[in-house]
Amino acid sequence: MRITQGTFSFLPDLTDEQIEAQIRYALRNSWAIQVEQTDDPHPRNSLWEMWGTPNFDLTEDEVDVAMRDVRACREAWPHQYVKVVAYDASLGRQTTALSFIVGRPPDEPGFHLEREEGPDRCIRYTLRSYAADQPPGRRYGARASEEARR
Amino acid sequence: MFHWPSAPPSARSTMSLTSSNDHEAKKSRWSAGVTPYREMGYYDPDYEPKDTDVLAAFRVTPQAGVDPIEAAAAVAGESSTATWTVVWTDRLTAHEHYQAKAYSVEPVPGTQDQYIAKIAYDIDLFEEGSIANLTSSIIGNVFGFKALRALRLEDMRIPAHYVKTFQGPPHGIVMEREYLDKFGRPLLGATTKPKLGLSAKNYGRVVYEALRGGLDFTKDDENINSQPFMRWRDRYLFAMDAVHRAMAVSGEVKGHYLNVTAATMEEMYERAEFAKELGSVIVMMDLTVGYTAMASMSKWARRNGVLLHLHRAGHGTYTRQKNHGVSFRVIAKWCRLLGVDHIHAGTVVGKLEGDPGAVRGYYDVCRERHNRANPETGLYFDQDWASLPAVMPVASGGIHAGQMYQLLHYLGEDVVLQFGGGTIGHPMGIAAGATANRVAVEAMIQARNEGRDFFAEGPDILVAAAKGCPELDAALQVWKDVTFDFQPTDTPDVLVTPTAS
Repeated sequence: MRITQGTFSFLPDLTDEQIEAQIRYALRNSWAIQVEQTDDPHPRNSLWEMWGTPNFDLTEDEVDVAMRDVRACREAWPHQYVKVVAYDASLGRQTTALSFIVGRPPDEPGFHLEREEGPDRCIRYTLRSYAADQPPGRRYGARASEEARR
Repeated sequence: MFHWPSAPPSARSTMSLTSSNDHEAKKSRWSAGVTPYREMGYYDPDYEPKDTDVLAAFRVTPQAGVDPIEAAAAVAGESSTATWTVVWTDRLTAHEHYQAKAYSVEPVPGTQDQYIAKIAYDIDLFEEGSIANLTSSIIGNVFGFKALRALRLEDMRIPAHYVKTFQGPPHGIVMEREYLDKFGRPLLGATTKPKLGLSAKNYGRVVYEALRGGLDFTKDDENINSQPFMRWRDRYLFAMDAVHRAMAVSGEVKGHYLNVTAATMEEMYERAEFAKELGSVIVMMDLTVGYTAMASMSKWARRNGVLLHLHRAGHGTYTRQKNHGVSFRVIAKWCRLLGVDHIHAGTVVGKLEGDPGAVRGYYDVCRERHNRANPETGLYFDQDWASLPAVMPVASGGIHAGQMYQLLHYLGEDVVLQFGGGTIGHPMGIAAGATANRVAVEAMIQARNEGRDFFAEGPDILVAAAKGCPELDAALQVWKDVTFDFQPTDTPDVLVTPTAS
């Protein structure tokens, strides 16, 4: 399966040039850029790991600064999900403005849907990532060397 | 360039609503009998509205021979303290404080008999946090007034002091996006079709296919409540099974608006509680349940962390005609105050009524922190929303993937685009229809962010995206010639002079 979180998951994976164009758009809007990574892509996991701290105050010409983070994070975590998050701090928003996946593990086993049957035909549902059967850092075929970096 | 009403009313007849008065000597304000409203204090051209006043703009069409100023004063009177005759009991009150004042009456250019009357109401006239009370005053009796041929409430300014007495949207756009983890693009939905007749299991099938194909939401239609062919509880069970299955195959948060509209408030709560128990992120209700029921559901939704969608069922009966009723921009303001997370607000390009300027005005009312008066969008007043959360507008009715560039152009990014027929009617199936819509919206956002002129290049952008997506290609083929190009009936008065090119 292909996890389709993020703004562009139904398009072919973005090239670096396309990623740069999106970051440039974010910088034009004075948004901060953060790169995040996880091997726990449950749809309700709102706490991916931060790659450093957000890049505030970058200008459009400094898109390569953000791209360095993208490349470094992807290289460090080739078996994890990596996303670019653009943050809008303006009054009335103060929230994420754009968020798209720029790296994903080669194999995505997806989610198991657990059904706990209750009375009156009610069912309680739980999503569990197949990959999450492994401890963090050893999921999606990650090597021990990646785990050591955590 | 705008032409906005500016000429003062000409020297028209000052005949009062009752002809008998013409023969009477000038009577004192408190003499028993009938005194023209304008002489009782309901018209005051020198009145300077206070920051705390509730303001209303009415389109007044007096009966032939009725003085427009007297008609406006009558509207002010009948929507505040007055009755048809002088009553001495007014003198037991600080009556001038409670009297609404028509402070401006201006003819509408290009019409023979229409006037815009602006009326100021003291904030003390209204109960805190009650749209029911506000509407009982402002539109309570006056719309049936015999001396008027027609009357329309065009707009209202709710002072920040009064705004602060309302809860507002249970979550609002920002919280909804964080809750769903969906940013930077319009959300996509579909209404299950056929509207009526599907069994619960078949219904769940439609929900599953649409969500797994790429939509964020599916939706009950307004008239799906609990009928003999499918009872509400059965629908909820099968729909939520579909929602969770779709979450598992996509890794995304998904939702189905379970309609909790019912005959009584108790039944609405029961249905909403069950939706919450099953893990639904959202429920919906219809405008037909009334302002108090909607406000109650809004409080419930805030307490329980469930998004609240509003279908504006029935509004066309009073919003559409330009000379009589209540403009939808006013309905949208009331609904933002009482608090909904979603409201249907027009598509511009779809099958239902909606002038582009007027629809823009509705969307601004839903989403902006502060509205500026703007004749082009039909907004008569500045409106400060005092940090009340924004409402996500919903575009639904006769839209399809081939219009994606127009939808993004007219409606922007904070909107739910609902493709019912445009998903379920796809020749390759429901999931394919959903995929076509999702690919189209992502491709259009990508192009916009890359700095392309997506409105002009829209068709090319879609064709290029369709090269890698047979589902989108099929959608473009099937619906390429479908447009709904009719003259709107409800348009702002302003005449936009085309710029010479």
